Formats: sequence, structure tokens, C-alpha cells
Amino acid sequence: MRLLPLWLFCALIGVWLVAPALIVVPLSLTDKASLAFPPTGWSMRWYANFFTDPQWVRSLLDSLQVAAAVTVLATVLGTLAALGLTRARVRGLSLANGALLTPIIVPGVVVAIGLYGVFLELRLIGTFFGFLMAHTILALPFVVIPVAASLRGFDRRYEQAASVLGAGRLTAFRTVTLPLIAPGIASGALFAFVISFDEVVVSLFIQSPYLRTLPVQMYSSVTRDTDPTIAAAATLIILTTTVLAVLAALILTRRNRAS
Amino acid sequence: MTLLDSAPGTAGSGRTPDTAPARAGAGERRPALLLLPALLLLLVFFGVPLFGTVWRAFTDPQPGLANFAWFFETPANLDALGRTFSTAAWVTLFALLLGYPYAYAMTLAGRRGLTVLTLLVLVPFWTSLMVRTFAWVILMQDTGLINQALGAMGLGPLHLIRTQSGVVVAMVQMLMPFMVLPLYAVMSGIDRRHLLAARSLGARPITAFWQVYVPLSLPGVAAGALTVFINALGFYVTPALLGSPQDSLLSQEIFTQVNGLLEWGRGGAMGVVLLGMTLALLAMGALTLRFGGRRRGR
Repeated sequence: MRLLPLWLFCALIGVWLVAPALIVVPLSLTDKASLAFPPTGWSMRWYANFFTDPQWVRSLLDSLQVAAAVTVLATVLGTLAALGLTRARVRGLSLANGALLTPIIVPGVVVAIGLYGVFLELRLIGTFFGFLMAHTILALPFVVIPVAASLRGFDRRYEQAASVLGAGRLTAFRTVTLPLIAPGIASGALFAFVISFDEVVVSLFIQSPYLRTLPVQMYSSVTRDTDPTIAAAATLIILTTTVLAVLAALILTRRNRAS
Repeated sequence: MTLLDSAPGTAGSGRTPDTAPARAGAGERRPALLLLPALLLLLVFFGVPLFGTVWRAFTDPQPGLANFAWFFETPANLDALGRTFSTAAWVTLFALLLGYPYAYAMTLAGRRGLTVLTLLVLVPFWTSLMVRTFAWVILMQDTGLINQALGAMGLGPLHLIRTQSGVVVAMVQMLMPFMVLPLYAVMSGIDRRHLLAARSLGARPITAFWQVYVPLSLPGVAAGALTVFINALGFYVTPALLGSPQDSLLSQEIFTQVNGLLEWGRGGAMGVVLLGMTLALLAMGALTLRFGGRRRGR
């Protein structure tokens, strides 16, 4: 009971941490055309609005497509890089490691204006390829870190055993190494998806009326009006990331059990 | 060990690939090729843009230091720089004041309690930045939930939105995981018997906590504070949507210069200042952590 004040404090902090995410859901179900809280009546009209407005639907589809492509590219390149980092014995490895992690350190706006300049010259503004490249760079560190961690915890004698038993290098990698480091790759892939799906600052610079992602659409909507369709969009984003977070938690508990 | 391993393969420059030690080295060098695709992408879409920004800061519209001179001679810019710094400092201070007891509670909680506390602190991490900012805009409106609650308690309405305090409150919530997680990582490794030892030597609980526990947790404090501070320096969306345009931060000024005024050189110079501050802090942090680690090792 001596600790009661501490637990009360934690409960308050918990409410404060979760409240912003919780308030959005009821707001999206209001029947009024304003974002007043608490809502006085309930309706699904803002979801109907979201799914019938071409701008919102297209930004959602753009976001999903970009994020899916980023997940594939960042996961493949990040996994290869992690393999290189943990297995090569050459000079400059720590430099390469540092280089791969720099996108985390450099402030988003600085990355954004740099990419904006390059994209203007290469005519990549508002292109799928431009979004794919920009988001992949930002997601790479978040793939390299978990994959390299699982490779460092991986006992290479399994691989040697496979080759002693006659497996080629690729077969050994595919049938022995890959399944064992799969949880690390999976959590890297999830991070890549969420980072691309969430990214705002760089996307604000490289968007065009023809290609803009959902967070960018939300950003311009927040600055313009108080249409509850934003709350519906926000709830959809929360649902997506919650599903992914639960998936990640399941993967992580499986990994802990395995080790 | 790695030094010895790599010595035969990498030391000689004119060695032919056919000699035995070089062949042994080649087997260890080949995996380095796997790094190439990622590094190439990084070079083109990160290195080149970053270099371009720095280049423009020194050359656009004319070569020289004019953009930096402009930056440091314009009072409004120095105000933005100061505000960026003070906002990041307040965010770090509050994150530490709230995060320290929270992380401490995590070390005392049982298994289930720990899971709950961890999940709670990870919620802001998993909720989209845009969604969180939007939610804070709604909560902090003059007629929003916070002011309704304050009104019900008989307290006057507070102006939260479009103020620096509002921005700080929202940013602390967003950056809490970066404070709590490193703190917990260090605290969970602290042997509580140190506290018992201090108590048995006659220290009162508070004295034991301040003189034994807090110093042992300092590496966590340093790591958490550094991460929060650096993240806060570069925040754009939250101050742009929650803050007042008159009190803009450096990242907003950069956005305006480049996107609104097409002043690439000036925007670039601001970017270099922001990046320089971030790197300087990181270097300082790395030195502090290394120094602290060495002192503890002795």
C-alpha cells in the first residue's frame, strides 16, 4: 500500500498516453457535421463519406500501394544488408553500419528538402517511384536493426551442419537460416509498412495532386476544415496499425518462446 | 578477434587473389557485396539529397556564407532557434519527470503489470503521428474535452492550442516511449540489494534512493534524454498543426523558406544549423555515455 501513489500516478500517465487514440473513434461515429465531443448521436455517415469521396479513397489506395511496395523492397534490401553486416569481414563495416542507420538521426525536414530538390530535377515529384525510394530509405534502418539482431543470435553451426549433409549454400540458407531468422525479418517488414504508412513530412514535399498518401490528405484536411471524415480516416489508420501491432506482438512472443 | 581475422584479407594492397591467405579472405569478403544494393540506394536517395542541401546553403544564390550571415543576423531566426531549443528542452524535462517514476514502477510491477505498463507506453508509438496530432488538436480546442473538464471542476478555460505549452504537452506524449524504454532497460538491471545495503548501513529510504539508485540509473537517463531531445528538435507536424504560426520552430521555418518562398539557400542554411545541432548533441551524448561507462567500469 506504500506504493499506492506510484500506481495512481502510472494510471494517470496511462490515461494520458491512450486518450488521444481513444477519442478519435467516437468522434468518427458522430451524426453531426462537427467534431464536438462527446457526440450527441451516432451514425456511419462519415465512413460512407470517406468511401465515396474519390480523394480520400485514392489517398488510401495510394498509401496502401506505396507501403506494400516499400515493405517488399526495404525488407529484401535490409535483409541482404544485415547479412552483409554480420557475415562479411572487411574494413569499413562499422562505417556501412553507421551509414545505414543515419536516416533515423537526420531531422525529417532536412531529408525532405534534400529529396524535394533532387526529385524536382529528376521529375520524380508525385510519382510512385519517388515515394517508393523516399520511404524505403527511411524504412531501411528499421529492417536492418531487427534482422541483424536475429542474425547475431543465430548459431551458424546449423548452416555448417546443413552443408556437411550436402546442401548447397542457397539451399542451406533457404531451408535452415531463413526459417530461423524469419521472426526478425517479419518484424522488420512490419516496421517498414508502418513507417511508410505513417510518414508525413517527406511526403508533404514530394506529393502532387495526382499522388498523395493518406497522412498527407489528413494533414491538408486538418489545416483546412473540421469535417469529421478526418476522424473516420484516423480510425481506419488506428485499426490498421492496431492489427499490425497485435501481429508484431504475436511474432515477438513466438520468438521469445523459441529462444 | 575480428582484427586478426580480417588482417590477411585486407592488409595487403598489391596481393594477387590466387595466394592462399587472400582466398581465405575472399570467402569473408564476398558477403560484403550483399550490402551494395542498400548502400547504393542510400547514396542516391539520401546521400546526394543531403549533400545537395548543404551545397545550396553555401552556393545559392551566390557562393559564400551569405545565407548563414542572414540566418544569424535576423532576430526572427534566432528567436526560432531559441524556441526550437527551449521546446526540446521542456519536452525532455517533462518526459524525464513523468517517465522516471513510470519506468521505476515497471521494475516493481509483477509480470502482468509489466505487460500492461509496457503496452500503455507503446500505444503512442504505434498510433500514427498524424492521428495523434489530429486528436490533440481536437482535445485542446477552446471548447474541447480538456477545457470542458476544467470547466466542470470550476477552473477557467485554458488556451492550449496555438501555444507552446500545448505543443509541449502533445510532444511529451508522443516521445514518452523513447524516454521510458531506455530508462526501464537500465533500471531493470540495477540490483536492488544495493538499496538494502545502504539501508542497513543506516541510510533513510530517500537518501538511499538518491545516493545509490539514481546514480546507477544515470546511463538510462542520458540515453532517454538524448533520444527525446534529438527527436524533439526535428519535429514538424505537431508544432505546425498545434502551435501558433508566430511561434514557429526551425523545422517550420525551413519548410516555409523552401516550399513557400523558394529560398533554397536560406532553407538549406537553416537545415545545416538544425543538422549541426543534432550531430553536436549526439557526439556529446556519445562522449558522456562512454565516459560514464568507463567510470562505472573502474
